[in-house]
Amino acid sequence: MNKISVSNLSFFYGQVQALHDITIDIPEHEVIAFIGPSGCGKSTFIRTLNRMNDTIANTRVEGQVLIDGKDINSPKTDVVALRRKVGMVFQKSNPFPKSIFDNVAYGIQINRLHENRADLNERVEKALNDAALWNEVKDRLSESAFGLSGGQQQRLCIARALAVQPEVILMDEPASALDPMATQKIEELVVELKQKYTIVIVTHNMQQAARVSDRTAFFMLGKLVEYNRTEKMFTNPDESLTEDYITGRFG
Amino acid sequence: MTGVTAACAFGVVGVLILILGYIAMQGLSSISWQFLVETPKPVGEGGGIGNAIVGSLILLGLASLVGIPLGIAIGTYLSEMGDGWFGRIVRFIADSMIGIPSIVFGVFVYALVVVRQGYFSTLAGSLALALIMIPIVTRTTEEIVRLVPKAMREGALALGAPEWRVTWDIVLPAAKTGIATGAMLAVARVLGETAPLLFTAFGSRFYNIYLDEPMASMPVQIFNYAISPFEEWHAKAWAATLVLIFMILVINILVRFTTRNKY
Repeated sequence: MNKISVSNLSFFYGQVQALHDITIDIPEHEVIAFIGPSGCGKSTFIRTLNRMNDTIANTRVEGQVLIDGKDINSPKTDVVALRRKVGMVFQKSNPFPKSIFDNVAYGIQINRLHENRADLNERVEKALNDAALWNEVKDRLSESAFGLSGGQQQRLCIARALAVQPEVILMDEPASALDPMATQKIEELVVELKQKYTIVIVTHNMQQAARVSDRTAFFMLGKLVEYNRTEKMFTNPDESLTEDYITGRFG
Repeated sequence: MTGVTAACAFGVVGVLILILGYIAMQGLSSISWQFLVETPKPVGEGGGIGNAIVGSLILLGLASLVGIPLGIAIGTYLSEMGDGWFGRIVRFIADSMIGIPSIVFGVFVYALVVVRQGYFSTLAGSLALALIMIPIVTRTTEEIVRLVPKAMREGALALGAPEWRVTWDIVLPAAKTGIATGAMLAVARVLGETAPLLFTAFGSRFYNIYLDEPMASMPVQIFNYAISPFEEWHAKAWAATLVLIFMILVINILVRFTTRNKY
């Protein structure tokens, strides 16, 4: 079943067209990797899925994005509810200037997901557990989130996103600023999380795409060049452009 | 290069120490408990600045109560949604107000409030001071709030937080220390203002807590002591100056302490 269905999506920053006529279906409980050279529109694309581009002035969307069959760009859509359902993890970890506990609790509190204090504690613990961070932080929940290492901060941001119980998680190069050990932890986490969530991940790292994803989409110059199952993409792609990129002939 | 900048830094700090040292030298001998609690008395009979200290704190408190929240609100507005024509006008007005000499605010409030009411009052004085504070707090708040990383706002938006909650829960707390610095600049500035108070709160020789009556204040009292022909009063002016500087220092430390960033 398709969780997200995008048809003929184009996106403009003022006069500049960043995405050209993208059509792509994303099935539920799979990991979809988006690869392509810098500036090809991968990040812009995933930001259209939770309407994060709304925050940028002078932008325009054409075409349709359906999530669970509902048009997210329709005037009737509640953006706040959409963003709760479609969580996001950013390229650079961006914890709030709060304690570790409060970072995870914030999304729960603003969305009033908890019944009482005990329930809140439980949800925070569960989110940190799901993000494989609980054991490292359980004794220092009231300390500043900025005291964590880069990899821990990024997992905290993942925990924060998981805490509001989204259905889709968008990850914009979540491991690009991390060392190999921390990256491996994030990757294991991604594979783990797809049991419960649909995950869209942008990455610069081709090996990473091959390791974690079920399907891969290759973007270039704002166009979707190829979208296929990951094994096929990396062994026998349909497009020669894809093969050139994957084998490192350019990019 | 390092040498030149270091020399400049020492030069500036040196001048500052010179000023503070001179004031302390001239004023310290006149400071006593009586001086701090008594009202002014005729020459030769002692007298102090007790009512002026209380008056200044009341004037400053009222002005801050209006000026700081309003300034923070306007500054936040300018940073978060002030990119349109209205924001540009507000910003221009705030910039212009910063450049207006403080005596103009005094005359303005004098014409608008004092003349109509027919008497000098604490409220009029506070209003004049608040008008001076608002643009200072506004502009510093805007600059500081702009510095909060976009990534932090997006992180909160992505969790389903509405814009106003992002501003309230994430952006303002992150900018807290900087906003406090802006508020302190405004406080330090108006605590030393004399001209606007001459036309509004006027001054008083007595302890007073009524807001519709003239009110004593430190700068006006210093002014009165300093322009007198008496040596003894000149010494009192120096001592009062020292106390005023000390008050600003104490307020500064208190604000720093209470708005310290925990995380």
